[in-house]
Amino acid sequence: MKKILASMLAAIVLMSGAHANTALVLDQFPKERVTDLAALQNGAKLFVNYCLNCHAAAFMRFNRLKDIGLTEQQIKDNLLFPTDKVGDVMKVSLDPKDAKAWFGGVPPDLTLVARSRASGSGTGPDYLYTYLRSFYRDDTRPTGWNNLVFPNVGMPHVLWQLQGQRVAKFVEEEDHHNPGKTELKFDGFEQLTPGKLTPQEYDSAVADLVAYLQWMAEPIQSQRTRLGVGVLIFLAIFTFIAWRLNAAFWKDVK
Amino acid sequence: MAELKQAPAGASAGEKLLNWVDNRFPASKLYKEHLSEYYAPKNFNFWYFFGSLALLVLVIQIVTGIFLVMNYKPDAAVAFASVEYIMRDVPWGWLIRYMHSTGASAFFVVVYLHMYRGLIYGSYRTPRELVWIFGCLIFLCLMAEAFMGYLLPWGQMSYWGAQVIINLFSAIPFVGPDLAILIRGDYVVGDATLNRFFSLHVIAVPLVLLGLVVAHIIALHEVGSNNPDGVEIKGPNAPKDANGHPLDGVPFHPYYTVHDILGVGGFLICFTAVIFFLPEFGGYFLEYNNFIPADPFKTPPHIAPVWYFTPFYSMLRATTDQMVTVLAAIVGVAAVLNLIKGKGTGQAKIGALVGAAVLIGLLKTFEAKFWGVAVMGGAVVILAGLPWLDNSPVKSIRYRPSWHKIVYGVFVIDFCILGYLGVEPPSDIGNLISQVGTLIYFGFFVLMPWWSQLGTFKKVPDRVTFTPH
Repeated sequence: MKKILASMLAAIVLMSGAHANTALVLDQFPKERVTDLAALQNGAKLFVNYCLNCHAAAFMRFNRLKDIGLTEQQIKDNLLFPTDKVGDVMKVSLDPKDAKAWFGGVPPDLTLVARSRASGSGTGPDYLYTYLRSFYRDDTRPTGWNNLVFPNVGMPHVLWQLQGQRVAKFVEEEDHHNPGKTELKFDGFEQLTPGKLTPQEYDSAVADLVAYLQWMAEPIQSQRTRLGVGVLIFLAIFTFIAWRLNAAFWKDVK
Repeated sequence: MAELKQAPAGASAGEKLLNWVDNRFPASKLYKEHLSEYYAPKNFNFWYFFGSLALLVLVIQIVTGIFLVMNYKPDAAVAFASVEYIMRDVPWGWLIRYMHSTGASAFFVVVYLHMYRGLIYGSYRTPRELVWIFGCLIFLCLMAEAFMGYLLPWGQMSYWGAQVIINLFSAIPFVGPDLAILIRGDYVVGDATLNRFFSLHVIAVPLVLLGLVVAHIIALHEVGSNNPDGVEIKGPNAPKDANGHPLDGVPFHPYYTVHDILGVGGFLICFTAVIFFLPEFGGYFLEYNNFIPADPFKTPPHIAPVWYFTPFYSMLRATTDQMVTVLAAIVGVAAVLNLIKGKGTGQAKIGALVGAAVLIGLLKTFEAKFWGVAVMGGAVVILAGLPWLDNSPVKSIRYRPSWHKIVYGVFVIDFCILGYLGVEPPSDIGNLISQVGTLIYFGFFVLMPWWSQLGTFKKVPDRVTFTPH
């Protein structure tokens, strides 16, 4: 018994998340948006307008957007170029060579980014939600932009018109790990020019976009959990019957 | 030609058909020998669910695997996309894929618990040595199967995990580099590797695995199952009823078939809870990095094998130059102790001393990386030696001295700690702990002939302990 307890304890320790090695503090993505169809549709619009010019989502078909309540006609009218077909996957026409010249690398495919960006610091959506809200002006970078979560990122702040321009303030502090040395600590953003959206509206728009990214990474996820409840109820009944059946057979064994 | 048996007069069509078959194939005989008249001890506990569950998971893996192969493409250019195609466009493909990926981890959970059961109740002791050895071979096959299967999604972790593990083979002296190229079919992991791993994962290893499972069960049914008391229910002195059936046994069918269905229910609740609610299992069953397609030009900062390999991976990483020196010192001290205190003849002692000197020489000649591979392989192979390492006068842990339970407890905790450290990125303190852990792991086995006979053993009862339900 003690050993079972000990192994369970070890399992709980292990459950606390694989690869917990980064000390990044991430903001919490408002999870409830993933089941909010209006948020997902707004996210899809933002994704197609702002992300899909450079990033592909090569495993995602446009007509899958029907799952978040859009009709085929709506998809054709609002989200597709006239040459695209509604059954196509979300490809981009950006030449990889140009991408390398402009950004220093090919922008990664975003179909699964909400799953691949998970880490010990938080879920993939937490990462994306924080990342897209952490851009700041930095003239030392080729694009003129830098990011707190992804230092020296190759991507410029694509949503800057919505958020406006900001700079990050840093203060010099003593480094606790290296006595005698100092390190730069982040000390808040300073708004330079206002964006089209207020900070609250911007956070909400990013949350919608991230909700869409999470949905796109696994379009089946809400159906999966809904089905899971039914399966578990069935198995609970099955196991109960199996338990009574077992008892009925074994009552004669002395 | 054997004489054909006639069905009794007035037999139904079904009975006549069975009679026809029985005259040509031992259908009824097999059914009796392996189910309705295979007597198993009646005192099986919780730990005895995992054998049948391992069989269930094997069936799940084979059936889901068949359906995955219908849509998966073993081609480096499209493999990753074909997995996402299964996840998105194939009807119910996501469920089949999650069952297969969760099934891989479930297989190891079940098999580790099954092996632990054998360990604590001495199920490997005479006359069950071959049952145990077939089991160890199954475990080896399972590791190969899991390793090669993990390459197929062609994600970053698939690619780099395979790269790291195959590179280990190149550390083997003389043949290593050629062997690594033979495994990869190329100088780096590539399309050729993916193709051969697919072939081995889908055809070769499963065939061997199935054959071994049959051998495992035939051997088991030949000698009969052990039980938590380690009392033989079919021995010459065991109590039997008027028909010669063991009093402490029950026919496998129906008693253990209904019992195992209960186990299946409990297992499926856990299994489906993971599939439907936590398919990634916090990055342990599906690693986050594996959602990025393989990129030979981008090494991930931290490459960790899947959780079921990590105890052994820890031991590999623990084998540094420093550790090899410690091992050499241990071999030297053991040989000298044997010379002074050992019981063998003078000749044997000198032989052991020479052998130790040669081993120390080899340890210091070849690079530590090779010994890491040897330690990792040895950690698996040493399991097969258990029947000959255990000198305890009783089989079951129930009748061993109480402190033996602590020894087993330490071993289990050690194994879990090694597993945990194998997931983590290397660190100085982690490395030191895994070095101590490796010594504890091997110490448990190597010193077993000595410690397993120490202490005051409890009296083993004549019959199994059983409280009616």
